[in-house]
Parts: sequence; structure tokens; C-alpha cells
Amino acid sequence: MLKQTEGSHAVAEAVALCRPDVICAYPISPQTHIVEGLGEMVKAGEVNNCEFINVESEFAAMSVAIGASAAGARSYTATASQGLLFMAEAVYNASGLGLPIVMTVANRAIGAPINIWNDHSDSMSMRDAGWIQLFAETNQEALDLHIQAFKLGEELSLPVMVCMDGFILTHAYERVDVPTQAQVDAFLPPYEPRQVLDPSEPVSIGAMVGPEAFTEVRYLAHAKQMQALELIPQIAAEFKQTFGRDSGGLVRPYRIEDAETVVVALGSLLGTIKDTVDRLRDEGHKIGVLGINSFRPFPIPDIRDALEKTQRIVVVEKCFAVGIGGIVSRDVRMALRNRPQPVSTVVAGLGGRAVTVASLRKMLLDAAADKLEPLTFLDLDWSIVNKQLERDRQKRRSGPIAEAVLRDIGVIAAKMV
Amino acid sequence: MDQTVKFYQTGTFTVGNRLLSEENRSVQANMQRTNSLNSGHRACQGCGEALGARYAIDAAMNASNNQLIAANATGCLEVFSTPYPETSWQIPWIHSLFGNTAAVATGIAAALKVKGRRDVRVVAQGGDGGTTDIGFGCLSGMFERNDDVLYICYDNEAYMNTGVQRSSATPPAARTATTMPVGPEPGNVFGQGKSVPLIAMAHGIPYVATATVADLRDLEAKVKHAMSLNGARYIHIFVPCPLGWGAASHDTIRLARLARESGLFPVFEAEFGEVKSVSKIRHRVPVEEYLKPQRRFAHLFGKNPAFETIARIQATADRNIRKFGLLEEAVS
Repeated sequence: MLKQTEGSHAVAEAVALCRPDVICAYPISPQTHIVEGLGEMVKAGEVNNCEFINVESEFAAMSVAIGASAAGARSYTATASQGLLFMAEAVYNASGLGLPIVMTVANRAIGAPINIWNDHSDSMSMRDAGWIQLFAETNQEALDLHIQAFKLGEELSLPVMVCMDGFILTHAYERVDVPTQAQVDAFLPPYEPRQVLDPSEPVSIGAMVGPEAFTEVRYLAHAKQMQALELIPQIAAEFKQTFGRDSGGLVRPYRIEDAETVVVALGSLLGTIKDTVDRLRDEGHKIGVLGINSFRPFPIPDIRDALEKTQRIVVVEKCFAVGIGGIVSRDVRMALRNRPQPVSTVVAGLGGRAVTVASLRKMLLDAAADKLEPLTFLDLDWSIVNKQLERDRQKRRSGPIAEAVLRDIGVIAAKMV
Repeated sequence: MDQTVKFYQTGTFTVGNRLLSEENRSVQANMQRTNSLNSGHRACQGCGEALGARYAIDAAMNASNNQLIAANATGCLEVFSTPYPETSWQIPWIHSLFGNTAAVATGIAAALKVKGRRDVRVVAQGGDGGTTDIGFGCLSGMFERNDDVLYICYDNEAYMNTGVQRSSATPPAARTATTMPVGPEPGNVFGQGKSVPLIAMAHGIPYVATATVADLRDLEAKVKHAMSLNGARYIHIFVPCPLGWGAASHDTIRLARLARESGLFPVFEAEFGEVKSVSKIRHRVPVEEYLKPQRRFAHLFGKNPAFETIARIQATADRNIRKFGLLEEAVS
């Protein structure tokens, strides 16, 4: 059914359609509307036989999901930013135990300085945690990916993180097609784990494993993610059969056939990039786009194939690894090993800074003219940065960076005038 | 059985099972006991935690018609019972992390509720570090929501698994690896630490009890009573640790008894935040009797005894005795 609704609510409806057994909720922006929506649906009796638990922290949210999943319940939670970091230990534990928990991450920056707006620093901090990470480009895709996530996770016995851009998607009202319960039931079978906590067949789960088998256990976790590289496209194809639309998959190429420059990105940013590329195409520039839907597992063969003929690659990413540069671009370079094409990193949209068509256009024209630096920070205000660097050069002084900058541009500066 | 049995071994409450009616007999004495924590595990000789866990979990099994699932915090109990690829647990058991056991148990209970398995019960268990320190947030959350979980804390008063470091359950003056008996105030400082049983009571949960491995019948009875209730329940069991305390393996029971008989560890039951019963002290002993056999308190004795410190510990015991009414009151 077509609906004009908020991204968060669309996700809540999708999760409800997946017949979850246990939902653990802890508030953190910009994820709150999702669990609020689910809480209301459960309380109103619209979701049958579901426990909605208001927990005391994100660490508890993931821990309750771990217990519930190990006892055979389809378990779901949602978080963002600091919340994801606070539950980090349990995030690793859930994948280590092979529990197919589905979690929405409403992507948000990580502090300090505290910032509630969108970037991908939070999910990226958990990229090695053993979870599958799927990124949604639109609200429709966010909705669809949740339905696929339960199926994928339960087939592989792995947890799945569905990443959607905070505010940009979670709080945007858009038209979405909400499937019927019958459609979802036809696509997603009930959760039937191979091994659960059950007095009739007692098992010990989570025992200590020493050097004699630890490497094997870790390798098997990797092998499962490699299986996901096959399963993700299969599930996307099945999804298309049932629901009639393309959603998910590993990568999504856009106008790359003859492209000399290809922009690689994740999430909602792809919309703006495609608009920019369309205009540049109209002007005769051979530019294409490669969207990465599955960041973990990282689809190395698909990316390698898609980028085979292009001359240069620009990775635009809403995150970066302090002290080295890009995160996504490092993985893209890994996919392109032994290939001559240059891969530039463009860090954009940190802490919710708008990524505009104008800025993208200028950056892409520079790229097409081979004038792009290996690492670029889009729309960086050099006057602020240089002033602070200059001050540091004159007098070494420890202290919070953001507060030092605020002295120049904030209230204190106004008072000093 | 109407007859009052008064046939105790000296200094204990032990009574021969054959003098008791069937329903009053110990679970451990029963041929049908489940040996939930089976033999062959790697606990130290004289481990109070292994003893406490064995009695507690077998009693919980007995009370739940063997329909029990356990969540276990990281710690000695987890490590000595499940070295890969072996396990001593005869029941469904899960270890997730150090600080989330209460929450994992909440999740299990929620799953069972959704699946309509109200017959299957959930226990969570951990040491004092996993309970009073790192797992405290999740524990308080589980209490506050009144989740259907019995949480059992095996309190040996320090982080034994990592090599005897101080926890918030470590008593004043005790030597641990992080409160060494050096400097002007040797051992753990006074005026710190917390009573999780009292904090549990403040949550108004249906049942809170303390117990020791010196009185295993009392421990079994409390576990069985807790299992007859629903909602959040908490049992805090005092379990001496020969290794961490520097005590003889054969003194585990004796030390647990002396902790109770000195008043240092009050044994009581509470319902909905109200104390309902206390185990009275039968033969009151000065705290020295409890402290002396333990090397963690050795710096208080020797050639120059720390009389002032011992007096402060005695004052704590006296305060407990007053607060909980641990002495038999004179008939007026």
C-alpha cells in the first residue's frame, strides 16, 4: 500500500510485518521514532505476541536481544552514534555467538564534540564487528532492507545492521510502498534456529575457546560473510519476485558503462550524487556512480568488475579514519589492487553538513580534470582551520579543540569585539 | 512429621536427613538431584562459589521441575565450568559478557514468554564483580522492570578470576592485588563499598535474600522459595575463596559460618523491600576469629596488632547486629 510517511515509521511498519518476538528499546536521536512507533504498535495489540522492553541502556538493549535470540526469539533493536559505541562489546558478542539479531542504525556522528546529525562514523566503527552491514539509499529501501535482513541473518545465523542516514532518511516524509502481511509472510519464514536454550536439549553456549580453536572460529565467521556475498543478491532477487521492486543487493551501478570517472558512495548521498551526475552527463562529462549497498561483506569482485573500465575513481564518504584518511576508499583500493586507476577520497557531510550539488559538481569537475587531491575535505572552512593551526604553532597549548574554535566564531568572539 | 528435631552436630545446623520428612530433606541428599554443575570442573579445592552454585542451581532445578535456563557472567564460575570443548553444565546455559548477565536473562525470559513457555524458568548468576560493579546497571534495570528472573550473586569479595583485585564488595582492610597491605592505611579503605541486597530491596522487588555456604539447607530453602515466585528476585550468597583470601581449603564452610556468627555478613530475607526474617547468631564470635585465619587480613595481626582497625571492623559487625536484630532477644 502506498503511503506518505516518515522514514522511521516506514521502518517500524516493516519490522512489525516481520513478526518480531522481542524488541528492545532505548532512546537516542535520530533512531527514537522507530522504536516509538513499534512501542505503540505493540501496546495497541497490532503486533501479535511480541515483547517490547524499555531497557536502561543500549548495552542492555543488545544484551536483551542476545538472550532473546539465543532462546529462539526473533529479536530487533535500533540505535545510533554513542548508543552503538556504548553497546560495542555486546555488538561483537552477538556476531560471535552467531545470533541473527536485526538492528537499525540511524547513522549519526560520534562526539566529542557532541553532534546529533548524520554521518557514517557510527556504523563504520563497527565495520569489523562481524555484522552484515547494509546501507539504504532511500526510505523505501530502508523499509525493504529490514524485511530482507531478517531472512538473510536467519539463513546465515549472523546479525544484520541496516544503516540509514539519520534525519535525512529517518525524519523525511516520503512516499513508500508498505507491503501486506501476506506478502511478507510468503517471503520470510518463521525463525527456526538450529540450536536454542531449551531444557529438553541442554547446550552450553558461549564457552571459552582458547588458542587451539579460536582462529578456526574467526575464520568461519569470515566464511559466513563470504557466503553472504552470494546470498544477498539471491535474496534481493527473491524480494523482487514477491514485492516487484529492486531493493538491496551488493552494489548498484548508475550510468557507468562508458564512464571515465566513477563516484563511489553509500546511503542517501547517492541521490544527490546521481542528480549531479545527470547534469554533468547532460554537459557531456562521462561520469557514473557506483552505490555500495552491502558494506560488510565488502563485495570485492562486484566492485572490481564494475570499476574495470573507468579511468579514475572518487570515493565520497561520510566518515574518515583520523590519522590516515578514508575508510570506504581503503576498501575500494583493496578491491582494485594491481589496477592502475587512482582512487581519491572525498570526505563529505560530516556531522550533518549538507552535501550540495554545487560542491559535488565543482569537485567532480576537478576530478575529471585530474586536479583532485588524494584526500579532500569537501567544503572545509580553511579560515577556521588555519587560524587554529597558526595559534597552535605560536603557542603549544592543550585543550578541547572545538571550544578553542568556538572562541573565534562563537559567543566569546562576539564579546571580545 | 510433628516431632521437633534437635540433633545438631556441634556448631552447625546439620541434621541427618533420615530424621526429616521427605519434603524437608536436602535436594543434594536426593538420589534424583540433577548435578546441574557436574563434577570434573576446574574450580580450586574448597571453592565456595562451586559449592554455592551446585546447591543453588540444583535447588532451582528441583523447584522448576528441571525446566531451567541459566545465564552466566564472565568470571571464575564461567571459566572453570566451560573450558572448550568441555562443559560441566547439565542445563541449558549461556555466557555472553561480564556486565550484561541480568539483561541476557531478561531476554531469555521475554523469549520464553512470547513462546508460551511459562513453565521454563530463568536464573542469572555471577560473582560480586559481575554483579555489584560492572553488571550493576543491567541488574538494576532487570530489578526495576521486575523481569521474571532469579539473579544469584556468589560473593567472594573480590575479582578472583583476574587475580584478586578489589571490587565494591571487598571489605575494609582486606588485602587484594589493588589494595595492598602497605602505607599508613594498609588494605582496602574504610567507608567504601555497597550492599547490593539492600539496594535490591530499594527496588521493591518481590524477594531478596542473603545466604552463606555454611548453611546449605537455608540456601536451598531460599532458592526454592524464590523459585515459587515470579518477577525479579535476588539471592546474595557469601562464598569464601581459599585462593583469594589466603585461607585453607578446609576452612571454607567455617569462614562462612564465622562471617555470619560475627555479624559481618547478615543473613536475612526481604519481600517487597521489607525484611521478613533474619538468621539469628547462635554463638556470637568477635571478628578476630573470622579475620585471623585469612591471610588477606594478616597485616592486622602479628607482633603489632592493628587494634584500632580491628575495632572498626568490630563496630561494623555490631552495627549489623543492631540493624538487623541478629541476636536472640531476651524474653521479657
